[in-house]
Amino acid sequence: MNFDLTEERQMLQDSLRRYLRDKYSTATRNQILESAGGMSADVWAQLAELGVIGALFTEEQGGFGGAGFDIAVVFEELGRAGVVEPFMDSALIGGRVLAACGKTELVEEMIGGGLQLAVAHGEPTSRYDLSHVRTSVDGGKLNGRKAVVMNAENADHLIVSARASGDEADEAGISLYLVAKDAAGLNIQGYPLLAGGRAAEVTLDGVEGELLTEDGFAVLGDVMALATMAQCAETLGAMDTATRLTNDYLGTRKQFGRPIGTFQALAHRMADMLIEMEQARSAVINAAGNLNEDTRTRDMNISAAKNLLGRAGRLIAEESIQMHGGIAMTQEYELAHIAKRITMADHRFGDTDHHLERFIALSAA
Amino acid sequence: MDLSYTDEELAFRDEVRAFMRDELPKEMSDKIRLGDELGKEGQEKWHAILNSKGWLAPNWPKKFGGAEWNAVQRHIFEEEAAAHHAPRIVPFGLSMLAPVLQKFGSKEQQDYWLPRILDGSDWWCQGYSEPGAGSDLASLKTRAVRDGDHYIVNGQKTWTTLGQHANMIFCLVRTDPDVKQQEGISFLLIDMNTPGIEVRPIILLDGTHEVNEVFFDDVKVPVENLVGEENKGWTYAKYLLTHERTNIAGVGFSQAGLNTVKRIARAEMAGGKPLMANPHFAARVAQVEIDLKAMATSNLRIISAAAAGGAPGVEASMLKVKGTIIRQEINDLARRAVGPYAMPFASEAIEGSNEALPDPHEAGPVAAQYFNNRKLSIFGGSNEIQRGIIAKVMMGGGQ
Ligand SMILES: Cc1cc2nc3c(=O)[nH]c(=O)nc-3n(C[C@H](O)[C@H](O)[C@H](O)COP(=O)(O)OP(=O)(O)OC[C@H]3O[C@@H](n4cnc5c(N)ncnc54)[C@H](O)[C@@H]3O)c2cc1C
Ligand SMILES: Cc1cc2nc3c(=O)[nH]c(=O)nc-3n(C[C@H](O)[C@H](O)[C@H](O)COP(=O)(O)OP(=O)(O)OC[C@H]3O[C@@H](n4cnc5c(N)ncnc54)[C@H](O)[C@@H]3O)c2cc1C
Repeated sequence: MNFDLTEERQMLQDSLRRYLRDKYSTATRNQILESAGGMSADVWAQLAELGVIGALFTEEQGGFGGAGFDIAVVFEELGRAGVVEPFMDSALIGGRVLAACGKTELVEEMIGGGLQLAVAHGEPTSRYDLSHVRTSVDGGKLNGRKAVVMNAENADHLIVSARASGDEADEAGISLYLVAKDAAGLNIQGYPLLAGGRAAEVTLDGVEGELLTEDGFAVLGDVMALATMAQCAETLGAMDTATRLTNDYLGTRKQFGRPIGTFQALAHRMADMLIEMEQARSAVINAAGNLNEDTRTRDMNISAAKNLLGRAGRLIAEESIQMHGGIAMTQEYELAHIAKRITMADHRFGDTDHHLERFIALSAA
Repeated sequence: MDLSYTDEELAFRDEVRAFMRDELPKEMSDKIRLGDELGKEGQEKWHAILNSKGWLAPNWPKKFGGAEWNAVQRHIFEEEAAAHHAPRIVPFGLSMLAPVLQKFGSKEQQDYWLPRILDGSDWWCQGYSEPGAGSDLASLKTRAVRDGDHYIVNGQKTWTTLGQHANMIFCLVRTDPDVKQQEGISFLLIDMNTPGIEVRPIILLDGTHEVNEVFFDDVKVPVENLVGEENKGWTYAKYLLTHERTNIAGVGFSQAGLNTVKRIARAEMAGGKPLMANPHFAARVAQVEIDLKAMATSNLRIISAAAAGGAPGVEASMLKVKGTIIRQEINDLARRAVGPYAMPFASEAIEGSNEALPDPHEAGPVAAQYFNNRKLSIFGGSNEIQRGIIAKVMMGGGQ
């Protein structure tokens, strides 16, 4: 066994960490958060240049990575710095869906940083169920409503799931379509998100699109496995920042004439946070390392990680705020944003309970 | 022992219900239910409605114009107010400063300030905390130096809740720097319009402007605004804090929050069934409901005992710790319940396209409220400080 990163991954991690530390300060990020588009085109271009997007794709797909650990390395660093640019939704999910459907040219454009994507899959009543699709396709026209679609306003193309046959929760019968941003009948109503970035409610009224695949569930299943793992890695990075900030604060903030970290009531909780960090890191390694195993093994490891990160993340976000006292509650302090990202991660790709139930079901299978 | 309400108590409950039904403006309760800000004007309006009924000051003695309700009546009122989504009563003047003035203030101070609290002439805020003095409140540095019939105040307060609306602030200031920390503090009433005062907003993590920094630069305060004796402020401050803490138990808010969680969870579908039928979610809800039922009774036991024998001490700390844990857990359940719709920022964001949303109005603010209510275990003496008090008093040791 070897738990060290390969040389290439280590280099990627180092350069990414250095770039973000130098260029993505809390002040910079707070400006981006308040900007109308909710993202910085410059940051996007510079990170694409650094190879952040290319690392998410295999050589056949036009990238230079694409394995679980490549993705984990990238997202852990993005999480550590609280990056709000849509690398998850546009690059990883959008790009890997297109790659799986053989849209090579668009993927190349995307890896170069010149294309934005959005995946419109979840619906107002689907919650975290991947197979739940009501949006219909009939005679090539898409009709329905998609909920909390990340990056929809910035996207040049939307990838839309629609049901060609079957009942609303069937895995079979879900097709994926490529829809141009300016397609007739497409309505995008955008809003900001609590943890940064923007999403939208998307309605489709007789929209025409290009069929990508009729086996949408299988494609989404694979890509969402990657994305869930990436989300765990991102949250791990954010948890690491929260833990570091809290550790530093306990050493510097003085009350009653001494650093508050010398109060055992806080020191032991800091120790628990550090223990949970180790657990979380191992869970992410399990998820990343099992991505190419059979679907059941893969998904059990992913659900285990998402559940564990949900629990450890809640503990670390809440304890970090509590141990900082009032200062952590202020918008401009770094921890406020990081804590919101950790907590809101639980609302993506299935929450703690969802993955607990999925783990139980997979274990019984 | 008898846990059921007496006939009089039931009659009182009916009276409160009728009042809420007839007098609480619908646009106000709608705002509160949806987690929106009421604003200064709305707050003042609600205070005036309660005042004209004689119910604005439930805890004040009748001789000062209060309702002088007993613990059970207060409990009934709080429960009904929360259930009807009535606005929270801003506590600074009514339930923090007033008890101090009533116990330690001069006759002149009582005659002048108490009626102004009732009729809304003054909006008070609390100037205790400073950047370097949070949990360690006694280390506060804001100085007040006697100069003839004035004090000259210099320093900084922070975390001043709703200070942007206030025209008056009650402050702890250091009047003697040369003695043991607790012995050199005085309790001063300061007009926010005095030259030399600057209020700067602090934006919280949920985007709200709720707290402020307040700067004092050679601010002149008349000596008649000193409450009680010079350098005895710590005694009054501690007296005030026990009152602050009892209100933080928040049984009514928790009950209302729990009802909201259940309402959302009955409407939300998860895996083809209502979320409320999901065993994991249902178990979390049941657990917190069980805790809340017990705490409601603890609350009643403690305030009835206190009504008989003075202000509650360590029990107030117990209520604060448990009450905040329960409320925060309910906030957590609410954000979980709405699933991906917890992510949008602010309820207005998805307005205009609301027909097809599960319930955007209830989904919109729940995550923001979850974050905002992290404050509950931090302010008014953090939960760690409360546990320290409990351990010290009950175990005789200390931390
Ligand atoms: C099943 C069993 C097998 C054992 N086998 C061996 C053996 O083979 N050889 C051997 O030498 N010993 C052995 N021990 C002894 C064991 O190491 C001691 O029980 C242990 O060190 C704790 O000491 P104590 O029981 O005196 O508890 P105490 O030291 O009195 O502690 C009581 C409680 O106070 C807490 N506490 C103490 N100090 C602090 C502090 N500074 N901060 C916070 N909390 C504190 C403890 O964590 C504990 O909860 C064994 C014990 C058990 C139960
Ligand atoms: C939203 C909000 C509104 C507020 N409103 C007001 C207001 O209107 N007026 C006002 O005067 N103040 C107000 N406060 C201030 C509040 O009372 C303080 O935040 C609180 O006393 C904690 O102080 P601190 O933030 O400086 O944290 P610190 O005292 O620095 O505490 C940091 C952490 O250390 C812990 N800690 C500190 N000492 C000990 C110890 N001895 N043992 C164990 N743990 C310890 C704390 O529990 C906390 O977890 C408000 C605060 C907030 C967040």
